[in-house]
Amino acid sequence: MTDTATTGTAVRLTGLSKSYGAFTAVHPLDLAVPAGSFFALLGASGCGKTTTLRMIAGLEEPTSGTVELAGRDVTALPAYKRPVNTVFQSYALFPHLDVHENVAFGLRRRGVKSVRKQVDEMLDLVQLGDLARRHPQQLSGGQQQRVAVARALINHPDVLLLDEPLGALDLKLRRQMQLELKRIQTEVGITFVHVTHDQEEAMTMADTVAVMNAGRVEQLGAPADLYETPRTTFVANFLGTSNILRTDVLDASGTDLVLQAADTKLGLPATRCTAPARAGEKLLLGIRPEKVALTHADDAATVADGRNRVRGRIVQAGFTGVSTQYVVDSPVAPGTGLSVYVQNVERDARLVPGAEVVLHWNPGHGFGLDAAQDIEAGTEATGDTAGTTVGEGAG
Amino acid sequence: MTRATRWLRRNLVVLAGLGTLAYLLLPNLVVTVFSFNKPNGRFNYAWQRFSTDAWTDPCGVAGLCGSLSLSLEIAAWSTLGATVLGTAVAFALARHRFRGRASASTLVFLPMAMPEVVMAASLATLFLNMGVSFGFWTILIAHITFCLSFVITAVKARVASMDPRLEQAAQDLYATPLQTFRRVTLPIAAPGIAAGALLSFALSFDDFVITNFNAGSTVTFPMYVWGAAQRGTPVQINVIGTAMFAVAVLCVLVGRLTTGRRRRRS
Repeated sequence: MTDTATTGTAVRLTGLSKSYGAFTAVHPLDLAVPAGSFFALLGASGCGKTTTLRMIAGLEEPTSGTVELAGRDVTALPAYKRPVNTVFQSYALFPHLDVHENVAFGLRRRGVKSVRKQVDEMLDLVQLGDLARRHPQQLSGGQQQRVAVARALINHPDVLLLDEPLGALDLKLRRQMQLELKRIQTEVGITFVHVTHDQEEAMTMADTVAVMNAGRVEQLGAPADLYETPRTTFVANFLGTSNILRTDVLDASGTDLVLQAADTKLGLPATRCTAPARAGEKLLLGIRPEKVALTHADDAATVADGRNRVRGRIVQAGFTGVSTQYVVDSPVAPGTGLSVYVQNVERDARLVPGAEVVLHWNPGHGFGLDAAQDIEAGTEATGDTAGTTVGEGAG
Repeated sequence: MTRATRWLRRNLVVLAGLGTLAYLLLPNLVVTVFSFNKPNGRFNYAWQRFSTDAWTDPCGVAGLCGSLSLSLEIAAWSTLGATVLGTAVAFALARHRFRGRASASTLVFLPMAMPEVVMAASLATLFLNMGVSFGFWTILIAHITFCLSFVITAVKARVASMDPRLEQAAQDLYATPLQTFRRVTLPIAAPGIAAGALLSFALSFDDFVITNFNAGSTVTFPMYVWGAAQRGTPVQINVIGTAMFAVAVLCVLVGRLTTGRRRRRS
């Protein structure tokens, strides 16, 4: 990303922060959203993502810092003068106006006289052409959501802000709308900034994801990079599931770090470790459950050389259809055990609770994390609903 | 179980409903029927024979139509005053956090809870001590005072239940604060404001106690009816009553029809 070229940046936040009295909702934040991208702000409720979005929209005044849209400082501009539009959580459709007038609202406020053609085109884009004369309360959740998108997009904003737009929909509809939104974004080419607490949603839709936690951006990058190389325990746990082991660094001199957990030696390429690693110190080693393979202890000899191996005993096996999710008790992960997801391709009938097994994985699939962190950060946040946001209490 | 009891069971709710309706509307029916009476003597309490005399000459009794137009005038002005003031107060109470907001909300309720006669006497004492002469203006001020609480309550409920995101959405869609108020806030609050206004009109029009204390020699329609009842009741009072009832029913019907049509069209 070329940060110096302002033309390629749709939104730039510089030192942007928000405090309510003694509570800091958003710590000074620097962020650049490339023009034309689908950008997601991901985090649990109360992490400051909605407040950040509202500061971009002009609905919340920042305590410090600036907001730039396409290179222009808009920090001092009120919401109605900013070239952005928002799709609100729960949509905020005007109940006294029909679908057509809801969509035409922005055009009319800007003095556009003949709105009919544009409104019809926009309703076609979101496939609501035949419902133009309905009132919002006569529409289903998915239809209301599409009206909200149409009402914002018709103004051709520089940036479209989406505040948990799919939160109120049921799972199936949400999947469908994710694809729909992605299609619309590709079609119109407008920069989308999408706030969500649903990690799967963020990963499916966004080109770039910023993971927020307690008012700070923990990590920013492409979904695959965030997933494969998380830099903090929060990201590792919030995006999907991770096994995180406490290890001692035995040797940090070569291209591969040598780590030890309980009595087991484990390898990790030095390039896979973003935290400083020195011999004699602690390091957290992370590994995703689907990257770990299970072999029955009787076949331990068949495990290829060069793989990390850990002994354990299955305590739980949950069949989910596409895969089986095992919890394996192991001395390297005292108390919690290790999660292992195995695709149901060739199932080994001996892998049942109580079986002694060898867990093994490619060392290059692991990732190293700073040992000074809470190992369980982000594990509970995923179940949160997006009900309340930080900004609401202090209007 | 006999057939009759079974029928009764099945239709009990309908029967109870009809009974209640009859209980509510019977007085209106009596008023209407007696507006076509031709009483012997001055009291219109016993049915004699059918006549449309009173309907063809509703102002035939001295002072009646004068008091009626005065009451309508006072009701119109106090509705306007109470609605404008009350709407402003309701927005302030529902939208803004300020010192004394909670106590202000409670105080606003007080005139509704206070016995009318107490308020009437207090107002009269106040006007006397201030040296204001009783008449149109004292009545108007008194009416706005007691209508205010009702408007505030009706509008506040509506404004408080309004999603604040609607106004933010309007701003987000380029509406200036003034346009936001005109295009979004006001239309959504309108049913509450209309309810407050209707209530004000009805309350002001038929108020007797407070008006009687603060009217001096001015005579409003309720005062006229009260006075007339002492000496004899002209049929014209029934005519006015029936007409008022008909207007109210008409208003409700028109309201029903327009909202119904709007819903059906969409």
